[in-house]
Amino acid sequence: MKNQTRKNGQLSSMKKKIAFTAVIFIAPVFIYTVIFRIAPIFFSLILSFTRYDGFNAPVFNGMQNYKALMFSGEFWNSVIRTLEFSVLVLPLNMLISLIMAVLINNRIRGIGFFRALYYLPVITPLVAASMIWMWLYDPQYGVFNFFLSLFSLPPVNFLSNTSTALASVAVMRIWRGVGWNMMIYLAGLQGISAYLYEAAKLDGAGTFKQFTKITWPLLRPVHLYVLIVGLISTLQSFTEMYVMTGGGPLQSTTTVGMLIYTSAFDYMDMGYACSMSFALGIIIMVLSVISFTWKKERTEVLE
Amino acid sequence: MKPKKRIALMIVLIIIAVMMSLPFFWMLITSIKPDTELFSWPPSFIPKNITLEHYAEVFHTKDFGRYFANSLIVACLSVVINLFFCSLAGYAFARLDFKGKNFAFIVLLSTMMIPIQVTLIPTFILVKSFPLAGGNNIFGQGGIGFLNSYFGLAVPHIMSVFGVFIMRQFYMQFPKELSEAARIDGANEIRIFTKIFLPLGKPALSTLAIFSFTQAWDDFLWPLIVTSENSMRTLQLGLEVFKSRSSADWGPLMACTSLAIVPVLIIFTVLQKYFTDTALTSGIK
Repeated sequence: MKNQTRKNGQLSSMKKKIAFTAVIFIAPVFIYTVIFRIAPIFFSLILSFTRYDGFNAPVFNGMQNYKALMFSGEFWNSVIRTLEFSVLVLPLNMLISLIMAVLINNRIRGIGFFRALYYLPVITPLVAASMIWMWLYDPQYGVFNFFLSLFSLPPVNFLSNTSTALASVAVMRIWRGVGWNMMIYLAGLQGISAYLYEAAKLDGAGTFKQFTKITWPLLRPVHLYVLIVGLISTLQSFTEMYVMTGGGPLQSTTTVGMLIYTSAFDYMDMGYACSMSFALGIIIMVLSVISFTWKKERTEVLE
Repeated sequence: MKPKKRIALMIVLIIIAVMMSLPFFWMLITSIKPDTELFSWPPSFIPKNITLEHYAEVFHTKDFGRYFANSLIVACLSVVINLFFCSLAGYAFARLDFKGKNFAFIVLLSTMMIPIQVTLIPTFILVKSFPLAGGNNIFGQGGIGFLNSYFGLAVPHIMSVFGVFIMRQFYMQFPKELSEAARIDGANEIRIFTKIFLPLGKPALSTLAIFSFTQAWDDFLWPLIVTSENSMRTLQLGLEVFKSRSSADWGPLMACTSLAIVPVLIIFTVLQKYFTDTALTSGIK
């Protein structure tokens, strides 16, 4: 009896020790995250109700920033451009990366080489990638215009034409992003049991039918993951526009991210920029939730 | 696989490979062509003359070395701090029990959804008015804080929640008995971590090293706003500076761009054998 309580006592002191260690181990990251990730959200929310130039003390001005936002043609233009950019990038990105994953999933010699090569753009710094593509798009000596000239087509001013600039940036972004999604899809493909395909083969299903009836539906969680991560990242786009087009021509590539940057650090209108960043946060959240529920419904119906 | 199918597959793979690598090919070719050949029409795919003059020009620009070193310092700082603290936290979340653990983890994870623009301005203000740094008084007024400093440059990258997540996912896979056996043998918690789990964590740590290095190396927006002095600029900023300073001087620009890719390429090749597995398992689950 006495022995038993002593054992319990030892056990609980051990548990305490473990909990103590855990708290010590987690504390630095947790405190850091609170200071640099969580507190700034509230700070930013407060700033969004003020007029603040970064030097003088912020002045409370109620809903003025949000009101200004609602009636700002510049802001709505940037929202539309940002959404357009996501629409240009994401579906193609998903389609191409899935095709690449299916191809890479074959066991033949040298496949590792192709996988590494397709992944290479992912690790290329975004500024470097933007530079390379600016040169490819160069109106005078660019290699794309050379290809066009082979088909005797007139040269295109890819990045300084309002109708092509955003799409041209999107193509760069797709090139840089497909490798990453290919890896995610590859993991998804490898998670599908081989038995399913064998059973389908026995039932006489061809390659195409196997893809539409097994691969595609079973990859649903992966589609969802790729879509949401893609949404979050494309809706925040800034760097590629800043480098390749500077937001132009005629604001045709000015994303919300660009506008936030210029408002805050060129015009020193930080309160207004904070209200814009909240609007962007809400847009991202709403779209993520929508895509999440949409996929869920579809899955339920199918099962 | 039937030989016919295999050949078809190979052809498709090669076509995609050509499309994916064309930009890199073009970058390299441009960086070694003399100017006369560079600005001629039609462009040559195989340079008639090879020159290293563009690289020489880049190296002779005093700023390039400085930019490169700055980026390297910031990226290495970020890697070291990430490896240390994320492995600790990830390990604790995976293998040590305490009240409120799941709540704390969810709080951390939820911050991954926040767009960087939301925290950008407050973080800038925080770094600029950090008390007692860079000539600031105790209220964070009067000086420049950590602007134009390595710490200021690295600070948004030093402890990534994603890193904690990778480490946690990795440490979850080992059986409970592993820790319990060590505890029965009388090892204390720190010893269990340093002697058993830290060495086991190599694959996840390599992945984390790649991630934190590339992320810090890649960053553009943050260095753009926290550095005003030329001597503190990172390489990505430097590329942009070179571009606007010498517009359309594509030879040196492409040489500089190639050099900007080299470090990530090295890190990736050295550590990549661990990379794919961990990145994938933690990405989905």
